[in-house]
Amino acid sequence: MNKLCQLTIHEAHELLKRSEISSVDLTKATLERIAEVEDKIHACVTVTEDIALKQAEEADGYIRNGNITPLAGVPTLIKDVICTAGIRTTCSSKILENFVPPYDATVIKKLKTQKAVILGKANMDEFAMGSSTEHSAFFPTHNPWNLNYVPGGSSGGPAAAVVADEAVYALGSDTGGSIRQPAGFCGVVGLKPTYGRVSRFGLVAFASSLDQIGPITKDVTDCALVMNAIAGYDSMDSTSVDYPVPNYVSYLKRDLKGLRIGIPREYFVAGMQEGVKSALEIAIKKLEELGAEIDWEVSLPHTKYALAVYYIVAPSEASANLARYDGVKYGFSEQNASSVIEAMEKTRQFGFGTEVKRRIMLGTYALSAGYYDAYYLKAQKVRTLIKQEYEQAFEKYDALVTPTSPTVAFKLGEKLEDPMQMYLSDVCTLPINIAGIPAISVPAGFVDGLPVGMQVLGKPFNEETILRIAFAYEQATEWHKRKPEI
Amino acid sequence: MKLSRQQVEHVAWLARLGLSEDEIEKFTVELSNILENFEILNQVDIADVPPATHAVPLQSVFREDQSFPSYPQSDVLANAPKREEGCFKVKPVLE
Repeated sequence: MNKLCQLTIHEAHELLKRSEISSVDLTKATLERIAEVEDKIHACVTVTEDIALKQAEEADGYIRNGNITPLAGVPTLIKDVICTAGIRTTCSSKILENFVPPYDATVIKKLKTQKAVILGKANMDEFAMGSSTEHSAFFPTHNPWNLNYVPGGSSGGPAAAVVADEAVYALGSDTGGSIRQPAGFCGVVGLKPTYGRVSRFGLVAFASSLDQIGPITKDVTDCALVMNAIAGYDSMDSTSVDYPVPNYVSYLKRDLKGLRIGIPREYFVAGMQEGVKSALEIAIKKLEELGAEIDWEVSLPHTKYALAVYYIVAPSEASANLARYDGVKYGFSEQNASSVIEAMEKTRQFGFGTEVKRRIMLGTYALSAGYYDAYYLKAQKVRTLIKQEYEQAFEKYDALVTPTSPTVAFKLGEKLEDPMQMYLSDVCTLPINIAGIPAISVPAGFVDGLPVGMQVLGKPFNEETILRIAFAYEQATEWHKRKPEI
Repeated sequence: MKLSRQQVEHVAWLARLGLSEDEIEKFTVELSNILENFEILNQVDIADVPPATHAVPLQSVFREDQSFPSYPQSDVLANAPKREEGCFKVKPVLE
């Protein structure tokens, strides 16, 4: 293995700046790493080697002219739900297997402005619906820490790729935990920004009131650097918020003295793995040693309703968003039908996988005449109560700390036939999307050789505080330095 | 809440989603189980609670009505499974 692929963004940046390495060297090292481990990990749907090397040459020219930006010349993988002009964007679905977008998502434009190098597209649960990446229509991704285990999902490809050094960092998307849960399962850093913080333009829609794009990185400094690059208002996304973007890196090196951190007891749920619980307790004590004031007695009683709210709201929005896949405008199309309606029905029958169909059914039912009030409207009212509970908590605390997941990664196949069990693996992450607040997952220990994630929740548009807490914790621990043997 | 087979077929029709015989049987059981888990929401007092819409309170968002170039027709049609004379082609809609 060429060691260059192990670099973080900030380490690579220093070497690029001093001309000790070139972007072409770094890009070749990550491409070699992909070739070396991909038959075990299966993190990538599409690898665009030629395009990446061309971008690396351009970045080298740009750097030689003294124009270095923090992401210039650094190779990244993009979750295959984010549109890339001229590079197929499949959402790991048969229905989009050959779809080539005519435009770049706003986040891709922003990375290109910084002369980032795009290595290709990473695997995911089909249309980001799932918690294990087993719902990819192409192949499941394997957890680099133990190949018999899932990497989490839906951004399992990006998270596995980053910890396996197949990319220096990745972009994921998070609707109910799809960045943080796989980051936790794979032992990397993942951040879901505040709703409206990062443009969703060019992100293939799953549940539009919950979706956000965010970074998956090897450490917290890298996470802050990627946030600097992708955050900000975009007129192409009407839910994007025009709120100033701070330099997130400048907040990292501040101690935790005076910060008030609450520990909501509802997140330490029944069925939680004992090892995860004790890892979290040790991690929280570390935050206390670092100067934070910890309140162990916080209660957010509506947390227990979040799972039901989520699995009504998200499938409802998904059923509307996925109505566009009709076999007419793009994507897979079943022509062997006698009418336009039958063609649509067959296109969707053969083009979508089981989990996507399950959610379309659930959402269509929840929105249908006679059931709208009982399900969707009621869920949206309980959502208001959940949001209010967080607003009240954040009057008292600067951040809340919870486990990212109640367990470490589970075995491939273990939950595939039991949708409710699969849904429960997001129980600690999905309330955050319902409330629209930011949260980061940071490595916080191991149980049986598999990583544990600590989740830090923050106030809306206050990513700097959760990054600061995550950074202080990371600097005081060694978890992020461990690497899986593949 | 138990779903009947007829309800599952009706919802699939609303979603224009073809389902195999196996899928109809499977979803009839699975969706009933999932809906049972939603009954927990009946415990919550939601009288006088307004429904949430988005996570962040944004009012109507406007921009200046300025024209800018659209994508070329060839780009828009590039992914179409069937096209003819610059149009998307579908099966006959009228008998």
